[in-house]
Amino acid sequence: MEPKKIVIGHLFPDLLNMYSDAGNIKALQMRLLWRGIEAEVRSFYADDEIDISGVDILFVGGGSDREQRRVLDKLLPLREKLLSYVEAGGVMLAVCGAYPMVGKTCVLSGETVEGLGLVNIYSTAGEKRVIGNVVIESSVTGESMTIVGFENHSSMTHLEDNTPLGRLLCGHGNNDADDSCGIVYKNLIGTYLHGPLLPKNPKLTDYLITKALQKKYGEEVTLAPFCDKAEETAHAYAVKRFVK
Amino acid sequence: MKLRLILAVWACKLGIIASRLLGKKGTSMPGQIAFKICPDVLKLLSAQVKKDIVVVCGTNGKTTTNNMLSAFVKSKGKTVVCNALGANMIWGVCCAFAERSNLFGKLKADYACLEVDEASCLKVFRHVKPTLVAITNLFQDQLDRYGEVSLTADLIKRALELAPEASLLLNGDDPLVAQFGENTQRTCYYMGVCASENQEEIEGASQFCPLCGKTLHYDYRHYGQLGKFSCAGCGFARKDPDFRVFDVNTENGLSFSLKHGESVKQFAVQYRGFYNIYNIVLSYAASVLALGEEPDHQAVLAAYQPQIGRMEEFFIPKKVILNLAKNPAGFNQAITTVVDDKAEKDLLLALNDHESDGMDISWLWDVAFEKLMETPVRKLVLTGIRADELSLRLKYAGFPEERQEVYHDLKQAAQALVSGDGDVAYALVNYTVVFPMQAILKEMEGEQNHGA
Repeated sequence: MEPKKIVIGHLFPDLLNMYSDAGNIKALQMRLLWRGIEAEVRSFYADDEIDISGVDILFVGGGSDREQRRVLDKLLPLREKLLSYVEAGGVMLAVCGAYPMVGKTCVLSGETVEGLGLVNIYSTAGEKRVIGNVVIESSVTGESMTIVGFENHSSMTHLEDNTPLGRLLCGHGNNDADDSCGIVYKNLIGTYLHGPLLPKNPKLTDYLITKALQKKYGEEVTLAPFCDKAEETAHAYAVKRFVK
Repeated sequence: MKLRLILAVWACKLGIIASRLLGKKGTSMPGQIAFKICPDVLKLLSAQVKKDIVVVCGTNGKTTTNNMLSAFVKSKGKTVVCNALGANMIWGVCCAFAERSNLFGKLKADYACLEVDEASCLKVFRHVKPTLVAITNLFQDQLDRYGEVSLTADLIKRALELAPEASLLLNGDDPLVAQFGENTQRTCYYMGVCASENQEEIEGASQFCPLCGKTLHYDYRHYGQLGKFSCAGCGFARKDPDFRVFDVNTENGLSFSLKHGESVKQFAVQYRGFYNIYNIVLSYAASVLALGEEPDHQAVLAAYQPQIGRMEEFFIPKKVILNLAKNPAGFNQAITTVVDDKAEKDLLLALNDHESDGMDISWLWDVAFEKLMETPVRKLVLTGIRADELSLRLKYAGFPEERQEVYHDLKQAAQALVSGDGDVAYALVNYTVVFPMQAILKEMEGEQNHGA
């Protein structure tokens, strides 16, 4: 039997490199490899042609306003392709600055601009920047769990009727007004949480991997468990310290 | 006015003494009180400096560069105001001046050598008018405090507008620093390190032109974004350095040649770390520009005592090297230094997340810990408030849990490090760990000498 393989598409690691998103890619990659599943990382750089065909997990991270502007300009012409990827159940994770970009509107350098519109959410400029540790309670995997991370954003995101990734236990989340944090739409997850997000949240990482395998191989997947002591200890520390 | 100044100086001096008696470094509170009493205290004191005021700023290497500069200037028999302990916000600068003045608010100093935090330049330059500003480098550092690096650059630009008379001494290898020399009428000097023949090719992340945003081309890179760069978009490129470093050798300590005008000087020091070339040359160049003559650099460097936790050595009884590493660029340089040392070693890494460390520790994932796989690490000890996060990061870098020892107590961690069977031990720690760790290692060294 051919060994299974997952292709991780990393959009603009050169432009969006502010919040250590390399850690998110590393978590996906290692957790695939440790289970004997081949992991190929395809990095799409600023000057590349972007072709997402064959990608099983699409990742886009956070950067400065100037770089995000460039990213949005590169991605807007690909809107239809990205939309059909998401609608067909493709796995996508948009973190930090990339999160508002997947919505209808986002804010760059204080100016509200048209986003990719992959989901029906919109973002507006906030009054102040919110910075700090975040813990949320999420049932995205079907079971209740906590997700930990760090946020640093000034735009505020409004979900309309969409499902949040989770509810805040501490931190500011989507908009500092309701208790929502992030969004889940089909297999697209968006969130302001970096930290980076995936290494400290192995259940979420494995959830993305499971969804990608199911989509690609069309079968129920149960990932082989292994020792997550370091992951669980770091996660538990954040929950214990930051949830008051 | 005079009376207020005198009162402010007294208050500041008393405050410094009081907080030292309490065992604190004592640089923030006394400065704040002095400003309350006399808002012009810093302006009035710094205006009395007879010759030049040199300010050193930049992300990494400020303290070392400024302290070496002060040593170079003092070696010529000059009196110097220097905030030697790295208290680099406006209060710390104020304390350095108050401490140096007499009880009548009179300052006797030929020069001031001041290390100023990037974010504090704007405040400090309202009071202190530098004649020379030396900028070491700009790296991403503590996003939750400083924000992205372009914001830091903007802050420095705004601060420089308050000092139109100041000349600039720039690390010309760093495009983010060299940009301050563009579109300006002021006098700019550049230092740069030329590639050596056997220099490894460094693949760095793409770097974008700070002026036009296009991808920069590099003929060679030393580390991070430092190297011989050029931009095809707007023509921005590394300048021919006024202080040109060549013939670099990092095998046993550091040695290199420095050409300035017609003069060529040989430099050799015992300490390691490529980044120290920049610290040494910037401080030497600043002293030459300020003094108008060349100090005896080898004598000064031989006598120079590094700051706490800057490749500081202890013998317990084997050699333990303590080094501050507080952001990705600093950590990567420290790791390179560890890997360049071919000995079998034990390694301690420590991470705190106090406010002065930065509460966002994401940057750990931008540090190339994977490179440690290239060197024989016998024992890996992890500690600090966020030891668990280090443990997770190192697991993904190739050191599974079984190969790690995690201690939440710094002393236990230090003992575990020293009891390893490597030939040498390294402790790479971030900002708020460096002082307690230094004290622990010093005590262990003392106990050992006492016992022997």
